Amino acid sequence: MQYFLEFEKPLVELEQKIRELRDYSTDSVDFSGELAKLEKKAEKLREEIFSNLTRWQRTQLARHQNRPYTLDYVKHIFTDWFEVHGDRNFRDDPALVCGFARLDGEPCAVIGHQKGRDTKEKVYRNFGMPNPEGYRKALRIMQMAEQFGLPIFTFVDTPGAFPGIGAEERGQAEAIARNLREMAALTVPVIVTVTGEGGSGGALAVAVGNKVLMMQYSVYSVISPEGCAAILWSDGTRGPQAAEALKLTAQDIDELGTVIDEVIPEPPGGAHNDHAAAAAEVKQVLKKHLAELRKLSGEELVEQRYRKFRAMTVVEEPH
Amino acid sequence: MAWFKKSKAPIATPVEAKKVHMPEGLWTKCKNCDETLYTREIERNLNVCPKCDHHFRISARERIALVLDEGSFAETDPGMTSVDFLKFKDSKKYSDRIKAAVAKSGGGDALITGSGTLDGLPVVVAVFDFGFLGGSMGSVVGEKVTRAIELGLEKRQPVLVFSSSGGARMQESILSLMQMAKSSAALAKLRKAGIPFLSILTDPTTGGVTASFAMLGDLNIAEPRALIGFAGPRVIEQTIRQKLPEGFQRSEYLLEHGMVDMIVPRREMKERLAQILRILTRQPAPAA
Repeated sequence: MQYFLEFEKPLVELEQKIRELRDYSTDSVDFSGELAKLEKKAEKLREEIFSNLTRWQRTQLARHQNRPYTLDYVKHIFTDWFEVHGDRNFRDDPALVCGFARLDGEPCAVIGHQKGRDTKEKVYRNFGMPNPEGYRKALRIMQMAEQFGLPIFTFVDTPGAFPGIGAEERGQAEAIARNLREMAALTVPVIVTVTGEGGSGGALAVAVGNKVLMMQYSVYSVISPEGCAAILWSDGTRGPQAAEALKLTAQDIDELGTVIDEVIPEPPGGAHNDHAAAAAEVKQVLKKHLAELRKLSGEELVEQRYRKFRAMTVVEEPH
Repeated sequence: MAWFKKSKAPIATPVEAKKVHMPEGLWTKCKNCDETLYTREIERNLNVCPKCDHHFRISARERIALVLDEGSFAETDPGMTSVDFLKFKDSKKYSDRIKAAVAKSGGGDALITGSGTLDGLPVVVAVFDFGFLGGSMGSVVGEKVTRAIELGLEKRQPVLVFSSSGGARMQESILSLMQMAKSSAALAKLRKAGIPFLSILTDPTTGGVTASFAMLGDLNIAEPRALIGFAGPRVIEQTIRQKLPEGFQRSEYLLEHGMVDMIVPRREMKERLAQILRILTRQPAPAA
């Protein structure tokens, strides 16, 4: 079944009509004039809808269930991919995938949250919410990448780290904290792309990069809009209002100046409409940033990363 | 008509004198054992319930007085204040919340930092004030804790952080989150330099503070029965829809699960910290 968001509906319907009309076209019946008109109309409608998105609508886009996930980006961007499993302590966490691959021939490590598309896979992937063992696996692979001098690409897309009894018992906070500290010390390039939901500490635990990029319709926040609303207004349904207050979109965060390096444009109507095109754009941007980081030594990479995060401060001080 | 009639007017008691004048807060009810206690008695006992040993929350200043040598504390960055750069508004404006909290606390933010001596040992400390917006970490807290770590690095002195915080400050959104990475990155440097970092977790320490420096101590030390966790108990209950086990996310539970090294009662904290610091910095034991 086709999935679409409420505000996408008129556009999806129009696109459906265009497809049907194209199917009816034969050598004897020519609808090309009609088709061109409708396509123009669709383009205009798309522009209308997408130029006026609220922050809540953008959050919904970031969570769109047809959106490319880490393994989709892997398929389109890298070659020679093989996944590796397990934290060597407890178990493998399918919510966070890790592996090695090549980017245009160059060996690298790839790490990313993984959501599921149908119910069964969603449950298997725990809705993209890692447990401590996921973060520990990621750290194992990042330190291994460092050992072999490989750059690291991470893809961020999670509602957050899983809040459960087992997660607490096995040290969810410790696992995240350790990743923050250890990522800061990595002597290889780390390039982070927020592809969908950048959900708080669960996102940050694989996001301490030399470069941090965000997809045009991705979001990144200290708390989900629903969680924020539940705390501030004791009403989780006021997510749309909280999304406005949190200013969580890629554009909002870009405006802060210090947190991200670039917003990666998405295909018309969002990355979910064209995985290959979205991934192609990401690939170009990743290659550009990697080439830049290649000029720095291991020590300089650590220092550049430190300076980057060190600058994320807005305070008032007496002079 | 009454059979007996009072021939005299009743002895008048002045209304005022009837009331026992109780100054506000003379008595305190212990949240843990429900015992009503003389507040002064609790205070004399370092804000620990004399009946059940419940550790009441204390302010940053009180904490500093308990742990550092008298008169040794020199505060750093006392004037740093939060900025409402997102113009965040829920039921109240964030800027108004800051103003109210500053007025209540007499300045600063949710963290007090500085240097001093602990049983004669020079240390850098960062101490949370839960009374200031729930000890939440925004730019100011993240910046001050990072500067404290950098100061320890520069002076080659052990760094001690006393946490008590609900986590990241929502009103500073993404920048609050980034304070976790910033402070943890500073700890990577301290670790490389071989300078001890002790994390003391007090009630409550949750969210972004736990998931960054508070769990990164060379030793993690908890006060008894403190709530320590990543997600709050309510969030977990709502997510998994099941009752939480008894004592869940309390210090004793974390000790059992290997997340903290030891539980130290408040009255023994200073002595224990001094002992640890002397060992980790390879100094002789004090003369008995």
